[in-house]
Amino acid sequence: MIAARGIVKRFGDFTALDGVSVDVPTGSLTALLGPSGSGKSTLLRVIAGLEQPDEGKVSLDGEDATRLPPQSRGVGFVFQHYAAFKHMTVWDNVAFGLTIRRRPSREIKQRVTELLELVQLVGLAKRYPAQLSGGQRQRMGLARALAVDPKVLLLDEPFGALDARVRKELRVWLRRLHDETHTTTVIVTHDQEEAMDVADRVVVMNAGRIEQAAPPRELYDHPANEFVMSFVGPVNRLGDTFIRPHDVELLLEPNGSTQEAMVQRLVHLGFEVRVELVRDDGETLSAQLNREQVEALELQGGQIVYVRPTRQTVFSD
Amino acid sequence: MLLPLAALGWKAHGWGAISTPQATAALKLTLELSLVVALVNAVAGTAIAWTLVRDRFVGQGFVNALVDLPFALPTIVAGLTLLALYGPKSPVGINAAFTRWGLLLALLFVTLPFVVRTVQPVLFELDREMEDAAASLGASRFTTFLRIVLPSILPAVLSGVALAFARAVGEFGAVVLISGNLPFKTEVVAVYVFGRLESGDSGGAAAASVVILSISFGVLLAIGALRRWVTRHDR
Amino acid sequence: MIAKYALRFVSLGYLAVLLVAPIGFVFWQTFEHGVGPAWDTVATPDALHALKVTLILTAIAVPANTIFGVLCALAIVRHRYPGAGIVNAVVDLPLALSPVVVGLALLVLYGRGGWLGGHGIVFALPGMVLATIFVSLPFVVREVVPVLREIGTEQEQVAATLGASAFQTFRRVTWPAIRWATLYGVVLTTARALGEFGAVSVVSGRLAGQTESLTLYVQDRYQSFDNTGAYAAAVLLALLALATLLLMTRLKPNEGVQ
Repeated sequence: MIAARGIVKRFGDFTALDGVSVDVPTGSLTALLGPSGSGKSTLLRVIAGLEQPDEGKVSLDGEDATRLPPQSRGVGFVFQHYAAFKHMTVWDNVAFGLTIRRRPSREIKQRVTELLELVQLVGLAKRYPAQLSGGQRQRMGLARALAVDPKVLLLDEPFGALDARVRKELRVWLRRLHDETHTTTVIVTHDQEEAMDVADRVVVMNAGRIEQAAPPRELYDHPANEFVMSFVGPVNRLGDTFIRPHDVELLLEPNGSTQEAMVQRLVHLGFEVRVELVRDDGETLSAQLNREQVEALELQGGQIVYVRPTRQTVFSD
Repeated sequence: MLLPLAALGWKAHGWGAISTPQATAALKLTLELSLVVALVNAVAGTAIAWTLVRDRFVGQGFVNALVDLPFALPTIVAGLTLLALYGPKSPVGINAAFTRWGLLLALLFVTLPFVVRTVQPVLFELDREMEDAAASLGASRFTTFLRIVLPSILPAVLSGVALAFARAVGEFGAVVLISGNLPFKTEVVAVYVFGRLESGDSGGAAAASVVILSISFGVLLAIGALRRWVTRHDR
Repeated sequence: MIAKYALRFVSLGYLAVLLVAPIGFVFWQTFEHGVGPAWDTVATPDALHALKVTLILTAIAVPANTIFGVLCALAIVRHRYPGAGIVNAVVDLPLALSPVVVGLALLVLYGRGGWLGGHGIVFALPGMVLATIFVSLPFVVREVVPVLREIGTEQEQVAATLGASAFQTFRRVTWPAIRWATLYGVVLTTARALGEFGAVSVVSGRLAGQTESLTLYVQDRYQSFDNTGAYAAAVLLALLALATLLLMTRLKPNEGVQ
């Protein structure tokens, strides 16, 4: 289990982490989610020992690791831009951790073959990273990190440099891998969909602080503040009130608790339809319906409908 | 511009001249020294480049500018200053005049910038994440340097070595004073050629020139091939 | 972290022993008795004439190589003709050749028995000019070519579509982009021209007072056992070199130091 207490890290005038404390339960897959500059990568690097905090402590499995170099922490690290050893073949890259520990060559051969099968790169063992696609390079990076049986696996925006479809595939694959190996894993991402999809627990960060740490469902249904609510999903903000688009009910007749609105635009996103509306008080709103609902209501641009939030949230300070 | 060189080739009769013991000695000395100089520069140049890129201290900019000095300073002046401090009237008691050490000193002086300047930009652009990755996988700083950094800068080092070698082979101004030009002992090819000219044997001079040019061309080709082999993973 | 300090010590020590100490020593020796005596040593007719020769050589070689350099760079990068690669290699040739060999080649070509010989080129100033031009040829080209490659032709194409003539395009689009690289190349060319020794030594015949450049003068003084005279002239050259070095540092494309 990983525990960070009161981590402060500054880069010149800029405070990347402002007294951050977080727990990562053993065997879990935790996501650090936040916008650029929120400090999530810095926190990950502090846990790995690639950065030294100005204040605070990091402990791994109960032991204080704050002053330990990355070599001694037993962490596997996967980088956004792969950090592949360009002058070595895929095989040598994956074998690197074992080679420098001077493991017997039979052991190395077995382990590397095992890992290459796991990440589905078997036929490419003799290639150089320059000859691989982004997705392949990242799988290699994962295999390389796993080769030395790390107690903790840390991934810094691992799929950020890949295109959308590969990203989704690797996401699923990572989750499956975690379910098999149960290695304590922390993944940094700015993509809320990725975090919600893959993680057991999501830690939302903003400007060097932790806003909320909870399982995805709780984050979505019971956000601690405005920031979290807006970050983990689309939201309509009307004054102090926040309404999720799928909590906006559309009716063809007023019923006393509805307000009048005009349909400005229908955006068909496959199965879902985003209905952009403007209320009679001038506020704009977007509602999320599925195709059948839209057809049932026979919605069209310019049509007048009546809207009502089925659920709304207000944050008290 | 090519004309003079062609004329040179044409005039290079007197092949007998190049097999004289004196000429052969000069060739051998020049090649040995240049190889040593190239190797010393490979190490020293990389060390200096590292200090300029990865280290941080007061006066670093000054040191960086200093590395270019051998480019700017006339070779005869370089030779003279080395002679003053490390020659017959040396205040520190080191007299390298008329010795091969003196030659070495002079050649190291003029070839100093080459490896430093080819390695510096590469080191600067080097992806630090590779070193982080190696550390996270358990590699000590030394292992990381040996297995990750060095292979990455090797092409640049080789380029610098090639330049240093070519320069050392042909150096004249810096060595002419300090070496004393003792035939068979401290006479490099450039000085030998000059000597042949002074004696009116321009044919012999031309022959020697052609030989040293061919040999150094061969060495440069070899270094180029080595460099291509080392970067084979980039294609 | 002993390794860090050890490395720093070794690198700086190497530089100190090889570069700083010798030059510093010569400066100290020259100005030991003040600037006056040092200047007197240098202000002899032969020395001043040698200085004049050096300056003339430089004053001809640098502009010639600058203009040629820019044109050559443009030709190499902008025009795809089969010979471009060869031209590039030929331009780099002076860097690989020993200056003595350069001088010898010129001597053979323009000397009494040579193909273009017998017109008073060698053993006289024109020969020295040619030698100086030859050895300082590559620098402007080498500095400008990568910049031209990097900026690409797009801007120039835009200028053409907007109606600019070749000259206007050069003046307003290309030149501002290569200006600093050219300047840096000019500084390198100047340094090389001022400091040339081997090639002019072979070509000039070293007649004191007539065909002796300042670098040749230094050697002459030393071999005549006039150490003071040699040092003083050397210091003069060194000062010119330092001035050039300063310009180089200012103009250098900045890469590689924190």
